[in-house]
Amino acid sequence: MKRITVRKDSYYDSVFLMLATRELKKMQGVLEAVVAMATPMNVDLLGDMGFDKSELAALTPNDLVVAIDANDEKILDASLTEAFAALKRKAATSDEAGLVRTGSLSAALKIDPKAMLAIISVPGAYAAREARKALEAGLHVMLFSDNVSLDDEIALKKLAVSKGLLMMGPDCGTAIINGKPLCFANVVRRGPVGVVAASGTGLQEVTSLLDHYGTGITQAIGTGGRDLKNAAVGGRTSLLAIEALATDPATKVIVVVSKPPAPEVAAKVVAALKASGKPAVAHFLGLPPGKDEPLLAYASDLEETALLAARFAEGDTNSFDARANLADDSGNDRYNRPAPAQIRTIADHEARRLGPGQKYLRGLYTGGTLTDESLFIAHRELGGVFSNNQTDPAWVPADPRVSTGHTIVDLGDDTFTAGKPHPMIDPAARAERIAQEGADPETAVILLDVVLGHGSHADPAGACVESVRKARALAESRGGYLPVIASVTGTYADPQGYAAQVATLEAEGVVVMPSNVRAAILAIEIAKRAQGGRA
Amino acid sequence: MNAAKIVDLFSSELRAINLGLESFAQTLIQEGAKAVQVDWRPPAGGDAKAIAALDALAAGTTVDIEKANDEAIRRIQSAKPTVIGIGTAIDVVPGMARDLILHAGPPITWERMCGPMRGAVIGGILYEGLAKTPEEAQALAASGKIRFDPCHHHDAVGPMAGIMTASMPVWIIENKTFGNRAYCTLNEGLGKVLRYGANSAEVIDKLRWMRDELAPILADALALHGPLDMKSIIAQVLQMGDEGHNRNRAGTSLIIRELAPHMVLLDRPKEQLSKVLAFLNGNDHFFLNLTMPSAKCTVDAAAGIEGSTIITTMARNGTDFGIKLSGLPGRWFTGPAGIVDGLYLPGYGPEHAARDIGDSVITETSGIGGFAMAAAPAIVKFVGGSPKDAINVTLRMYEITSAENDAYQIPVLDFRGTPTGIDVRKVVETGILPAINTGIAHKDPGVGMVGAGLVKPPENAFRDALVAFAEKYAK
Repeated sequence: MKRITVRKDSYYDSVFLMLATRELKKMQGVLEAVVAMATPMNVDLLGDMGFDKSELAALTPNDLVVAIDANDEKILDASLTEAFAALKRKAATSDEAGLVRTGSLSAALKIDPKAMLAIISVPGAYAAREARKALEAGLHVMLFSDNVSLDDEIALKKLAVSKGLLMMGPDCGTAIINGKPLCFANVVRRGPVGVVAASGTGLQEVTSLLDHYGTGITQAIGTGGRDLKNAAVGGRTSLLAIEALATDPATKVIVVVSKPPAPEVAAKVVAALKASGKPAVAHFLGLPPGKDEPLLAYASDLEETALLAARFAEGDTNSFDARANLADDSGNDRYNRPAPAQIRTIADHEARRLGPGQKYLRGLYTGGTLTDESLFIAHRELGGVFSNNQTDPAWVPADPRVSTGHTIVDLGDDTFTAGKPHPMIDPAARAERIAQEGADPETAVILLDVVLGHGSHADPAGACVESVRKARALAESRGGYLPVIASVTGTYADPQGYAAQVATLEAEGVVVMPSNVRAAILAIEIAKRAQGGRA
Repeated sequence: MNAAKIVDLFSSELRAINLGLESFAQTLIQEGAKAVQVDWRPPAGGDAKAIAALDALAAGTTVDIEKANDEAIRRIQSAKPTVIGIGTAIDVVPGMARDLILHAGPPITWERMCGPMRGAVIGGILYEGLAKTPEEAQALAASGKIRFDPCHHHDAVGPMAGIMTASMPVWIIENKTFGNRAYCTLNEGLGKVLRYGANSAEVIDKLRWMRDELAPILADALALHGPLDMKSIIAQVLQMGDEGHNRNRAGTSLIIRELAPHMVLLDRPKEQLSKVLAFLNGNDHFFLNLTMPSAKCTVDAAAGIEGSTIITTMARNGTDFGIKLSGLPGRWFTGPAGIVDGLYLPGYGPEHAARDIGDSVITETSGIGGFAMAAAPAIVKFVGGSPKDAINVTLRMYEITSAENDAYQIPVLDFRGTPTGIDVRKVVETGILPAINTGIAHKDPGVGMVGAGLVKPPENAFRDALVAFAEKYAK
């Protein structure tokens, strides 16, 4: 069924006409369609296609013709409407508000010549190349990518130092610059503490706790895991970052958090902190804390790191005062720390209903540094804990997917994440593991971290409560009870909201402690009671 | 103090460039910082050889590339293409001969020519009277007695099939700054035309009319007018909605405006003059055959600069797409000609399309055409949408070019100069290929134009050129 519709003296650009033609041809039931100006050539063409030439005879090239061949009248009407709509249609603007896009670093620099920082998360094989280009263009770099070779890291950091640029990473997942979270970071209030940390959840824990204490930070600088640990990298980024924080007038207190550094690097870091002239807190995970000096306090865990920094920020002029003001008998309880006696009471309460076969602590972590923190204490207190993060092969489980004895597993480790999202992004793997531990009659207590902030899952607490419920039901069906202990690393201003996440966990009967270390201590206390045969 | 720059970072508004995971940029925007998102792709598509070539060139070269490119850009910017007359190919085109047929794109044999080019070759043989029937012409073309050569090897360019034969009239464009010249046939209009491979009697008759009436009248009018400054006219057309490749309506109008007052003074029958003016008026693309040789003599001045990575030629013959670099004179780097992504005239679709063909991509090589897409809102639908998309096409081309044109400006970009001087290093590094506007020929000879759109050149041509360049110049 053919129909010709004419609009006299309505000129359209041929491109719009072709576009309208294309739209019509896509419609169901339209056999042939031409939207065109009535040029002699087009009139001939329409004649050849079998349209009535007499209707076209008097037309001029300024007249619009819509010629449609369709299955029925209804489709003819609909397609005609569509034809005129298509001619009128203003293309929807595809612009997303705010974000300017481009194809290369150099083009991006032309768009914003004032840009000072490049955040690089490209595949590892290309990451060093892009970082070098950024440094050569005079940009500070946050290199999120991992799988960057040691040689490349050293070369990049040498280049950065020679240019006075900050080279965060490789494998730097967290930083906060000028109050803005980079990659995986929390929304932390601004304050007088500057933090330098290898990366990751250690930095998130310290900065989030500082936020809880009402203190806040100037900057949180990630350096990448090898910066202090590897003597060849030599702490180049950490040392420059300390120098910058020492110079920065807004920074009143400097904090350094790291896994055990190479000894010669540690000496340099300590010297740099002392040279800053500002009060400083150092925490080297897994090392016994050093002896405090007046302006340099050595913390034994992440929470104490934040507490000491907060005391300095509040005006304590030396380490000794800061420590005295934090002592359990100082009467200073504004940091929301359950005292050891309180923790023991909770442990008694939780352990009361444990079944006879329930013996072991099972820590299921998404954060690497948080894993390590709990692991060091638990290993010491419980006489040995299996973990994929253990350095002693005797304590590395043959299969990290199955717990034996006391186990604290880092589910963000490469063995779990190959080809899968990190559990901080997708907590499904941890939820499964919680249920798995619940099915194990030897499990006495489950210990969890819940990490908030940008980059993390939108509701990490909500993502594990169902399996917590399942695990507890299993324990109860065996006549026992399953304590679940957690801490939430994050702030009230985080997208997930600290308060809401805690409420979600507590509604499920999870005991939420104010810091990872306290959660670990509580879990250890419960495990000790289980071992002691108390039920 | 070494930490000064970092302290500076601490005391400035955070403005970041994010390469990779977009959510990191969105976080910053959410938190009130500024971020530019780089939609990162592996350099050179991850091609290890090309990446090695890029790195080798970055590490050190025997000739200072930046200086060489500055010189190439200086020459492109200072070129002054000027129409000085119309001549006959055999008289003016260097190396032209009776047994020689020039074609578009890189070198190609009769055996490998696509349908439209073969059709045009047959038409050219008929037009020259070298054969009496299409069959005879085809046999002659295949016999080896006719030589084929790219227009580009004779200071010439040709749209679509780009066929030029000895007795065809040609525009003579001179680059007044450097004295070099470029040549191009006169545009035949739309419908059944030689450049799309048509070769029927009416096509040949029209070519003869062009030779016998159109060209002499235009030549005489031009002589009265005096040399036409093409640089200034192209600058004007970009401000009138043309981009100089796919839309030439403003340019054609300006040519009529320039020549008409002189044409009416010619001692010729009014009917002849009227026919010429009507022909120009009916052929929006008449101006294309002037922008092409103007672009050609502009970039030719920048060819052969030792150490320059600027692309001085891009061209297609319907089978291959080829490029040449300033620093590697005389060498073509080719890949398969692409399929045009575009819109079709009534009655046609992609099944009718020939592969990308023609020398008209010389316009993009010189910084107009697809590179000036933002100037031509009326044709933006070819790139799939809104005027904003056209602006983005032009903005993207700044990422692979070395300069902004002094003369050719885009009103909507606040009169920013068009992206000019394609640097092959940037093309390979970013994977951003030159944006090329083009017409679509019917794959069968003689049918003509069936649509228009945007075409992607083959990436390997650019990578091969870069690798060859690094072989010659990297330390």
